[in-house]
Amino acid sequence: MNFLANLGRVVLALLTEIGGIVIFLKDALLQGLTPTIYLRQILEQMLRIGYNSLPVVGLTAFFTGGALALQIYLGGSRFNAESLVSTIVALGITRELGPVLAGLMVAGRVGASIAAELGTMRVTEQIDALTTLATNPFKYLVGPRLIAGVITLPILVGIADTIGIMGGYIVGTRSLGFNSYAYIKNTADFLELDDVTSGLIKAAVFGFIITLMGCYHGFHSKGGAQGVGRATTNAVVSSAILILAANFALTSLLFSK
Amino acid sequence: MMDEKAHIVLKDVRKAFGPKNVLNGINLAVPKGRSLVVIGGSGTGKSVMIKTILGILPPDSGSITIGGEEVTRLRGKERDELLLRFGMLFQGSALFDSLPVWQNVAFGLIQGRNTPRKEARDVAIEKLRQVGLGPEVGELYPAELSGGMQKRVGLARAIAADPEIIFFDEPTTGLDPIMADVINNLIVDCVKRLGATTISITHDMVSARKIADRIAMIHKGEIVWQGPARAVDTSGNPYVDQFIHGRAEGPIQMEILKA
Ligand SMILES: Nc1ncnc2c1ncn2[C@@H]1O[C@H](COP(=O)(O)OP(=O)(O)OP(=O)(O)O)[C@@H](O)[C@H]1O
Ligand SMILES: [Mg+2]
Repeated sequence: MNFLANLGRVVLALLTEIGGIVIFLKDALLQGLTPTIYLRQILEQMLRIGYNSLPVVGLTAFFTGGALALQIYLGGSRFNAESLVSTIVALGITRELGPVLAGLMVAGRVGASIAAELGTMRVTEQIDALTTLATNPFKYLVGPRLIAGVITLPILVGIADTIGIMGGYIVGTRSLGFNSYAYIKNTADFLELDDVTSGLIKAAVFGFIITLMGCYHGFHSKGGAQGVGRATTNAVVSSAILILAANFALTSLLFSK
Repeated sequence: MMDEKAHIVLKDVRKAFGPKNVLNGINLAVPKGRSLVVIGGSGTGKSVMIKTILGILPPDSGSITIGGEEVTRLRGKERDELLLRFGMLFQGSALFDSLPVWQNVAFGLIQGRNTPRKEARDVAIEKLRQVGLGPEVGELYPAELSGGMQKRVGLARAIAADPEIIFFDEPTTGLDPIMADVINNLIVDCVKRLGATTISITHDMVSARKIADRIAMIHKGEIVWQGPARAVDTSGNPYVDQFIHGRAEGPIQMEILKA
């Protein structure tokens, strides 16, 4: 009895949340992404999302590329297939790890800061103040963040791809004894445009997810500092889960082509 | 009596948050170019009432008309156009903390009305001067100001576009008595010189007497008395008498006394 009641409550809460997100998404698309477009806000957000995330994303990609090279070498040596290191590092980074890791890192950094900023604006009535100044908060706050996220994440991932492959290259040539020229040639020969673009498409979707969740949880936070804290956590957790789910869906979709 | 010229009219406006009824049928009319002061205890629904007029909190039922036009169902562009005619000072100032003070004041001009930045900036500096703040304050961020200064910046922002309707939520709270009087004069000036229709919320009877043409008293989400400002001392209404004399005894029982 009690168990069923609790289960029902959880399911209802989940459905309410999903409904809330769908309504928010509708407003974000219909109001946030239609004119008036605030160019200044978009540029500012691109700088905050992209530029400031570069160090984190770059470091993550570098170390992951290096570790990947080591693991593949170890696994590959069991089949005398060590020569695959460069190709698999490049594939793994561009198709999968680049976008997913960059997405997760940016979710932690940017998703949290968007939720905290908009959450504070909500509880201190700054969002209401925007409305009374005849400025639609969806256009002024949500739209620019979504656009910036969708544009910036692919750029970040492009850079992460390069750095990740470089990490693999350094480990490959410095500690695994690959010839530098052969490593680069192998990477260039076997890497296809599709590998890179599929990763960049994922990145754009992740950028949308991160900024949407940040805005949604920020807009709906209530109850002072504690509420803002809760919004921040929820923004990070929900965007991380959605990124991983979307990654699976997109991989299946792009894979079957 | 002044109904034909009434600018803002509320009829039986109700608003509840979950089980909690905050507005229990508000009836109120403000004539054009007049100043209404709303008084009443803490938590009686004063702020919620003006937010329903602005559409920040949609009322559950009832009618709100501005210049004869029903506004409760306005959305999108139409609402933005209506809001261009409003100025609002929030109780907590609600300044944008990511923008310097002058951009806060000029926000409605730059974003809402597409005024060139240079021109908007000059207006902002002038409005800051009117609330007793120098041009150097314009370059600071809201977090660098005292509470009273933030309030005055909020006031400058509310009047920046010379709106025809202005709401002041506790304009003098947190100000010293001299600065409070400067602000009272400014509000009177907005009404007299610009012909604005204003609703001010205050607990400060000195301020209320100075700026009000009419006074309304709200208690538990209902208007329990309204009349000309000079009648406030002879209202014969026990709620009003208790409030203006600040007595703990009377029909208004504070929660703490009931416990
Ligand atoms: N967004 C909201 N959600 C839930 N309850 C609210 C909300 N806003 C206001 N209330 C409740 O409505 C009641 C009236 O609030 P309101 O802010 O209008 O009071 P007030 O008359 O302005 O008081 P004060 O003089 O202290 O500012 C309060 O009990 C408050 O708890
Ligand atoms: Mg209030």
